[in-house]
Amino acid sequence: MSVLIFAELDEGKLKKSSQEAIFYGAKVAAMLGTSATAIVIGQADDSELASAGRFGATKVLHAADGKLNEPNGMAYATVVSAAAQQESSKVVVLAKSSLADAMTARLAGKLKAGLAANVIELPDLSAGFRVKSSIYTGKAFAYNDLKADVKILAIKKNTITPEESEATASVETFSPTLNENDFVITVKKTEKATGDVLLPEADLVVSAGRGLKGPENWAIVEDLAKALGAATACSKPVSDLDWRPHHEHVGQTGIKVSPNLYIAAGISGAIQHLAGVNSSKVIVVINKDPEAPFFKSADYGIVGDVFDVLPRLTKAVQGL
Amino acid sequence: MKILVCVTSVPDTTTKIAFTDNNTRLNKAGVTFITGPYDDYALARAVELKEKLGASVTVLNVGEADAEPVIRKCLAIGADDAIRVNAEPTDAYFVAEQIAAIAKDAQYDLILMGRESIDYNGGQVHGIVGEMLGIPSISPVMLLDIAGDTAQITREIEGGKEELEAKLPLVLGCQEPIAEWKIPNMRGIMTARTKPLKIVEPTGTDKLTAVGSYELPAPRGSVKMIKAEEAETLIQLLRTEAKVI
Repeated sequence: MSVLIFAELDEGKLKKSSQEAIFYGAKVAAMLGTSATAIVIGQADDSELASAGRFGATKVLHAADGKLNEPNGMAYATVVSAAAQQESSKVVVLAKSSLADAMTARLAGKLKAGLAANVIELPDLSAGFRVKSSIYTGKAFAYNDLKADVKILAIKKNTITPEESEATASVETFSPTLNENDFVITVKKTEKATGDVLLPEADLVVSAGRGLKGPENWAIVEDLAKALGAATACSKPVSDLDWRPHHEHVGQTGIKVSPNLYIAAGISGAIQHLAGVNSSKVIVVINKDPEAPFFKSADYGIVGDVFDVLPRLTKAVQGL
Repeated sequence: MKILVCVTSVPDTTTKIAFTDNNTRLNKAGVTFITGPYDDYALARAVELKEKLGASVTVLNVGEADAEPVIRKCLAIGADDAIRVNAEPTDAYFVAEQIAAIAKDAQYDLILMGRESIDYNGGQVHGIVGEMLGIPSISPVMLLDIAGDTAQITREIEGGKEELEAKLPLVLGCQEPIAEWKIPNMRGIMTARTKPLKIVEPTGTDKLTAVGSYELPAPRGSVKMIKAEEAETLIQLLRTEAKVI
């Protein structure tokens, strides 16, 4: 009956968003009077696996079949479904990500589960099973009543702040039967930016728009991002003009982010852009136009020239 | 080749969302409904594939009668016929069940839809449909080409993209830049009026989730303006006041 959490690896380490999911799952387990089990798929050493205990998991199921070394949404869903059945889990928690999104749906299909995506709070169990989720691209919230026997919660970043303990989780090898049909897609090539902070995972984001005037001017954005340890992002026009890659585009039809800090430079703040960023904790807007609508949705604003302001902020961060 | 494109009818992206009936329903007064922007990309690519390779394109909407203007617009853009499953599309599993039931009979080579609807943003229906039909699902798809029975696909991943190859049939959740949105021309609008639109009743009745109520976000506090010549103060405020860096 334990609450099952899919904990995703990135290069052999538990992703930060997964630590959040484990902590969230452990809280739900406590509310239900049961324990939390994490399922980890892929190669990781035992000490890393046991570290799931620091966030509240008492047990880790580790599926390390070599066929699972490369992320595969369909195969991973099969593994998590088998784990949910073994553990008789009625609640499965995942942290939203590119991989988890692909898994969540297949899993819901397998388990005939009531599914809530973009969950932003712990459930309310006072009358049934009710969870709050973000809808209309962050413009509103819904309180969802999950009525199925099995419930799947896909949580958004910054849903809960994990607290760590000294506990370790027991680790068990998990070797379910894999399904050949899950391995029919051939990955021919993968292009991934390396060394950068991944945008959906980032706590801090520096984003820029057409106010930067051209891709050759992005160094001032990257410098501030680097000084802060932030990810870089951009507005839709910038991605449409090919100044920046599409995976940096935040907004209604791009990536939705909910970092602790979102700095927008030279972005006027169309409603479609706001939709992608309005669940950020703190928003800073820098724009030379005092009438830019984005200021109305900001916590801090600077009316000024981004070519002057950004380098000065970088220096201030560096303590120069 | 037979292509099914699933579309949603959703409030325009510029809509100021408001609720009514004690926050239990969307206030539709004054709201313009559009084809889901991601679904619109899927439809545009389907019509391009039809022109290039020859295909039939069927549009499917799970929705109530007020979705019909959106369905007619899809027909005007180039779909050949349409099906509306007469039900409120409120639960991903339920919606997927409707699509899978129709797809099981008709045997489509490609089932396309947007990566997510812009109302509930679940992004789950394509994957559940794939699972129900026992065929692969891929999302978000940025590029799609078909040769024979094989699809070449570019999928966005965190911080990059990957190139995939897969055999049909497939279920794909689409996003830009898979195709440019298409605007219906006058001839399209005229012919759309007489294209077949079949209305069917839903199969299965149990919804696994229901929205109890809605809520709007609390307004942000007022913005604190900092003079450009004192820009450095911002970093200090972010450290000591907002405590985010």
